[in-house]
Amino acid sequence: MSDPEKKTLDLRRREMPKQPPEVRRYNFNEVALGYSAESAVEEAKRCIQCKKPLCIPNCPVEINIPAFIKSIAERDFIGAVRILKDKNCLPAVCGRVCPQEEQCEKTCVFHKKGGQIAIGRLERFLADWEAQQRELEMPEILPSSGRKVAIVGGGPAGLTVAGDLIKLGHKVTVFEALHRMGGVLIYGIPEFRLPKVIVTREVEYLRKLGVELVTDFVVGKTRSIDSILEEFDAVFVGSGAGLPWFMEIPGENLNGVYSANEYLTRLNLMKGFLFPKYHTPVKSHRRVAVVGGGNVAMDCARSALRLGAESRIIYRRSREELPARLEEVENAEEEGVIFDFLTLPLRYIGDENGWVKAIECQKMELGEPDASGRRKPIPIEGSEVIYPLDAVVCAIGNSPNPLIGATTPGLKIGKKGNIEADEKTGATSREKVWAGGDVVTGAATVILAMGAGRFAARSIHEYLSSL
Amino acid sequence: MFRVIASKMIVPNMHLLTLAAPAVAREAKPGQFVILRAEEEGERVPLSLSDWDAQSGTITVVFMSIGSTTGRLALLAPGASIPTVVGPLGNATEIENYGTVVCVCGCYGIGSIFPIALALKRKGNRIITIMEARSSYLFYWEERLEAISDKIIHITRDGTKGHRGHVGRLPEILRGLEEPVDRIIANGCTFLMKRTSDETRPLGIKTMVSLNPIMIDGTGMCGVCRVTVGSVTRFACVHGPDFDAHQVDWEELLQRRKTYMPEEVVPLRTSRCEERHFRSQEGKS
Ligand SMILES: Cc1cc2nc3c(=O)[nH]c(=O)nc-3n(C[C@H](O)[C@H](O)[C@H](O)COP(=O)(O)OP(=O)(O)OC[C@H]3O[C@@H](n4cnc5c(N)ncnc54)[C@H](O)[C@@H]3O)c2cc1C
Ligand SMILES: Cc1cc2nc3c(=O)[nH]c(=O)nc-3n(C[C@H](O)[C@H](O)[C@H](O)COP(=O)(O)OP(=O)(O)OC[C@H]3O[C@@H](n4cnc5c(N)ncnc54)[C@H](O)[C@@H]3O)c2cc1C
Ligand code: SF4
Ligand code: SF4
Ligand code: FES
Repeated sequence: MSDPEKKTLDLRRREMPKQPPEVRRYNFNEVALGYSAESAVEEAKRCIQCKKPLCIPNCPVEINIPAFIKSIAERDFIGAVRILKDKNCLPAVCGRVCPQEEQCEKTCVFHKKGGQIAIGRLERFLADWEAQQRELEMPEILPSSGRKVAIVGGGPAGLTVAGDLIKLGHKVTVFEALHRMGGVLIYGIPEFRLPKVIVTREVEYLRKLGVELVTDFVVGKTRSIDSILEEFDAVFVGSGAGLPWFMEIPGENLNGVYSANEYLTRLNLMKGFLFPKYHTPVKSHRRVAVVGGGNVAMDCARSALRLGAESRIIYRRSREELPARLEEVENAEEEGVIFDFLTLPLRYIGDENGWVKAIECQKMELGEPDASGRRKPIPIEGSEVIYPLDAVVCAIGNSPNPLIGATTPGLKIGKKGNIEADEKTGATSREKVWAGGDVVTGAATVILAMGAGRFAARSIHEYLSSL
Repeated sequence: MFRVIASKMIVPNMHLLTLAAPAVAREAKPGQFVILRAEEEGERVPLSLSDWDAQSGTITVVFMSIGSTTGRLALLAPGASIPTVVGPLGNATEIENYGTVVCVCGCYGIGSIFPIALALKRKGNRIITIMEARSSYLFYWEERLEAISDKIIHITRDGTKGHRGHVGRLPEILRGLEEPVDRIIANGCTFLMKRTSDETRPLGIKTMVSLNPIMIDGTGMCGVCRVTVGSVTRFACVHGPDFDAHQVDWEELLQRRKTYMPEEVVPLRTSRCEERHFRSQEGKS
């Protein structure tokens, strides 16, 4: 390449085609369609290959971003894939659901002027390109160490540890409570944002590498961590934050009031949108309200829309404070989700048969910033409103499931029910037990869970090598 | 995959299924349940453990064929396999030496109460078993329960065996016993458990029931199994399934169990042949 500093900056981010809103709101197919090879190469050519790239440190798994982009620009897609996979074992997933605008793309030198390089889209392009090739490249696997590692939970954290340790020659077994691997990627994030074939593909890749995948196995019930440690040299706990919160307001147990987990699990894991071919029923509702403002709430609201309902988000702060990714908020708006900001549910009102028929809310206004730095919503007296509806999805958050803590003596549990683990190594208060991902941090992101998995894998490997 | 070892209709519409599930069999305790799926596209349904053998690695469930999943489970032949058997889930029933325990059971509860009664017997309790059914030909496992019960009492709707009527006759049956009752345990359909609860509340006898709300994961993840007990919301799969009957909000449980009533009939009406047609059209997904 010529001296990058001399190039004039091309600020035009290449657009990625999407299904038009009026079409996609009626189907569960993926919304974004991905770059063509041409667009990818054009986009890659915009990167000026910074000598001190600011994008890299803001990627939790420190992908060598300029290097893989350079390979794309040179049409060396295989080379680019290798660079990517060196640091990220789930690029097709991260390219789709990583909050890039908050991470790698935010610190790209272009960001200030607008038109930051579409790193996520390029990542996704590469992963999809690789999947279309007939032969997947298999990484080198070190000779067997004779050591055995058990992993609890088949979400992104657990799968990352599995991928890293199998390559280092250890024997790896993943125990998953549900009947499919993938964690939230399978049961939570909907098909239209992350097609399940992609997750299945990544899981199959691990199987090919020799990872033993055991589904239908609840650690703490089917077998305790202590019993597992009699057979394995180390355990990694990546059991996520799967315990749903409710608002604890009147009427919450009426029929038609769901947790986001239930609503999404019925649709995604159980494929309820294909009922009756798949046997798990999903109700068809006319008016659905989703309480919350994060990615989970957006996913529920957009799913409800696709099932034919009028769908609204009820959020107690304003649009600026929405914790969801901006892209997903915009997608939801385009599709026709109604947003009621500064609105707090007070109670659910039922009909004579125990079905929810309305929600009573109070309007709020923003006051002084609170501990989180966001302006605190304050109720406005006498502003109560009642919306008629026939279903409510509560998407206000999750915390770690207490099962592992309750069945593992000596494992230190924090105030919020999270397992306490060292940030750099994932080591817990118990010897031979590591932990990472949402079970340690509380509900966070895919890439942070993977990052935690990577650190833990390194620490577990050091430990196993010292035996 | 989990292999079917034995499958049998034991009385009309009531089926017994023995499966190879060594990991579950090793850990199972009385009062726990499993979740299973009959096939890849299938629903996850909870069934109580009625028996198990850690040595041979098998578990046994007893179920009534009522809907699409139990209907499919009923058709399984030995040698067939099902994709999911996960457990043992829920907490074990509390087993102490209470003195005299009355075990009230009906429907699938006759099977699921057996391991509980057995454990209570071994703990030194006197066991009085009260079995309820529509008619005498619907009783099963009588010899098993007789072998561990100090006394066995039958109630049938049609009066073909024991007392005539239903579990509403409980108070007079209890009055007729020559000894005070220290605890009552009821297993079976929601009606039986609720009615038992209604009848024993005025008598002030501690009564435990094994609740059966709708479930999906069985690990505390989805919250569909929530029940109100003593005015707090509990997840039956992780906080239960056993609860103090007199604290349970029965109306809410009955209403929540009806959520999918209209939908559940769809697969029953859809013949397998239509379904296959559907599948070939949907080749892509
Ligand atoms: C609807 C939704 C949308 C989201 N959208 C985004 C997004 O756009 N971008 C983003 O970055 N993040 C998103 N997230 C967050 C992200 O999915 C999580 O942060 C991430 O999946 C955490 O990974 P994990 O491996 O720690 O846990 P999980 O993905 O939760 O996986 C944990 C696994 O462990 C299993 N398990 C639990 N207990 C046991 C046990 N006792 N024995 C065996 N197995 C057990 C669970 O069944 C599960 O499969 C979203 C989350 C949800 C729910
Ligand atoms: C912890 C637990 C343990 C259980 N143990 C057992 C057991 O050991 N044996 C057993 O037979 N069942 C047991 N059940 C109930 C069982 O899970 C349901 O009967 C089963 O899910 C029905 O599945 P299905 O797909 O065949 O029927 P569905 O198609 O899901 O249901 C058909 C229709 O029947 C209704 N229905 C469901 N259950 C009953 C019932 N018991 N009586 C009358 N109507 C009903 C439903 O509301 C629905 O409308 C248990 C439930 C729980 C939560
Ligand atoms: S993994 Fe996420 S943060 Fe890292 S480069 Fe890819 S999109 Fe950016
Ligand atoms: S900061 Fe932006 S322009 Fe610089 S190397 Fe990274 S992606 Fe390329
Ligand atoms: S069955 Fe999902 S939380 Fe109990």
